Amino acid sequence: MYRNRLLLLTLALLACALAYLFTGVKGSLEFALMFRGKKLAALLLIGAAQAVAAVMFQTISGNRILTPAIMGFDALYVLILTAAVVALGAPAYQQLDPGLLMLTNATLMCAAAVMLFGLLLRKGQGDLMRMLLTGVVLAVMLRSITGLLQRVIDPSEYAVVQAASFARFSRAETDLLGVSALLCCGALGLAWRMRHRLDVLALGPVASTSLGEPPLRGQRRALLLISVLVAVSTALVGPVAFFGLLVSALTYLVLPTYRHAILLPGSALISGVILVGGQWALERVFAFTTPLSVVVEFLGGVVFLLLLMKGLKR
Amino acid sequence: MIEVQNLSHDIHGAPILRDISVTVPKGGVTALVGPNGAGKSTLLSLMARLIPRQQGRITVDELVVGESDDKDLARRLAILPQTVHAASRLTVRDLVGFGRYPYHRGRPTPDDRAMVEDGMRLFDLLPLAERSLDTLSGGQRQRAFVAMTYVQDTDYLLLDEPLNNLDLAASRALMARLRDLADNKDRTVIIVLHDINFATAYADRVLVMKEGRLCADGAPQDVITETLIQSVFETDAPLRTVEGRPVVMV
Ligand SMILES: Nc1ncnc2c1ncn2[C@@H]1O[C@H](COP(=O)(O)OP(=O)(O)OP(=O)(O)O)[C@@H](O)[C@H]1O
Ligand SMILES: [Mg+2]
Repeated sequence: MYRNRLLLLTLALLACALAYLFTGVKGSLEFALMFRGKKLAALLLIGAAQAVAAVMFQTISGNRILTPAIMGFDALYVLILTAAVVALGAPAYQQLDPGLLMLTNATLMCAAAVMLFGLLLRKGQGDLMRMLLTGVVLAVMLRSITGLLQRVIDPSEYAVVQAASFARFSRAETDLLGVSALLCCGALGLAWRMRHRLDVLALGPVASTSLGEPPLRGQRRALLLISVLVAVSTALVGPVAFFGLLVSALTYLVLPTYRHAILLPGSALISGVILVGGQWALERVFAFTTPLSVVVEFLGGVVFLLLLMKGLKR
Repeated sequence: MIEVQNLSHDIHGAPILRDISVTVPKGGVTALVGPNGAGKSTLLSLMARLIPRQQGRITVDELVVGESDDKDLARRLAILPQTVHAASRLTVRDLVGFGRYPYHRGRPTPDDRAMVEDGMRLFDLLPLAERSLDTLSGGQRQRAFVAMTYVQDTDYLLLDEPLNNLDLAASRALMARLRDLADNKDRTVIIVLHDINFATAYADRVLVMKEGRLCADGAPQDVITETLIQSVFETDAPLRTVEGRPVVMV
């Protein structure tokens, strides 16, 4: 039954992708396809990364309201990037190979995230309000430190970090596509291999321990993958706050199952449909007055409030 | 054989278990009784590595709890915790199916599926198989969790108050099933019970705990006396002997 829904979602994504590639081409089709193909690839990568990161995070933290973005994962990424620019200086930073830079940032991000969020998960497990508050405070703190650093650097350096500080689906960094695709696909592959473990981890720490799947180890591994996925997505489009939540909420609605073998690909497909379809509609149908990020963030924000209110009532 | 050596446990500086040493040989039903807060659940949780061990050593056959591989331990020992929280998306069949996870690790074989059906049949869950857990009554849910622990099919079974929420028929059926596992399959059952009469009726051995210590250990008819009830539970329930078995008059 869920297989059919996955198939339908795949067809929908295919339709969106074809529409995005082939409608409204002016001038050389070849050039347009090259240009649009890269952007399409970037959107698909971002979509899958955000979706899978959100679903995995909700599974290991045992709730359906928090996502990596709400907990400040992307703020951490921007902070690491800013700190690197401050430490090296903009000219030296820009001399470095962007692919290598991204790898380094992603690695630092993994280490920091496992320390910070690993601790948070262990201390706050089962206490949603505490996790939420700590996460929000943490995100604000990380953003403030970033803001402080950005204020003390000079304008040329600021221009370098600024690109990474705002979401922009329409101008995804396509020059990082190669490294991003490699990192993202690697992480997605490993996430797929974890699908059965994630099913067990979702039962909670007690049941998963007694079934031979100690939560600490699984959480650490999932956090590593989430960090890579968030790093890739943030490097490509900048931080997005509520998009992951919008996707995960829709996923649970469309695919009400506990099985990550369905949830992971399903969420990636839904995410792709929203991003590619949304980008196509905004660019070609509504002639691009509102950026997609504004729309999805608004919808995601509404979902966040609704879920929060529902969660608080229970 | 489960061997507990010099086990002590503190929570926030308060001593919960104090220097417990006990050996449970293979086979048989051992009942663990004691007043609320005596440390029974803590002891069971430590045996099943649900909480990290602080002092002392616990072994299950050749496996050392907290050191041996978790997957091996999951095929040797299963636990039913006192409070189970139900993930709402699961159906009864899904939940019971998780009991086989230590063997198939996500890819159930026909044998695994057959065992799950068998477990559901034994605990009268077949009519509820497709119901999601949050729509069940307390006792039905408890039965689903018992069935999940049962299909884990381990040599050692730790059950923390499994009779919670169960009606008389279900309680007797479960105890009879455990008795059968011990007698005919050489399984080892350690079970926390509050109803002393169930302990004396079905267990081979009773361990009595109070304030983090083991204070009595032996066959039910030797251990359960009026003086023990008075000193351990601090209530003066009279005791009668019916057909050679001590019965607490509640
Ligand atoms: N997380 C915790 N924090 C603080 N104290 C705890 C915690 N868990 C258990 N305790 C304390 O440890 C003691 C033993 O608890 P335990 O759950 O093992 O008792 P029990 O014998 O299973 O009781 P019951 O019959 O009520 O289930 C109790 O005094 C309890 O208050
Ligand atoms: Mg208890």
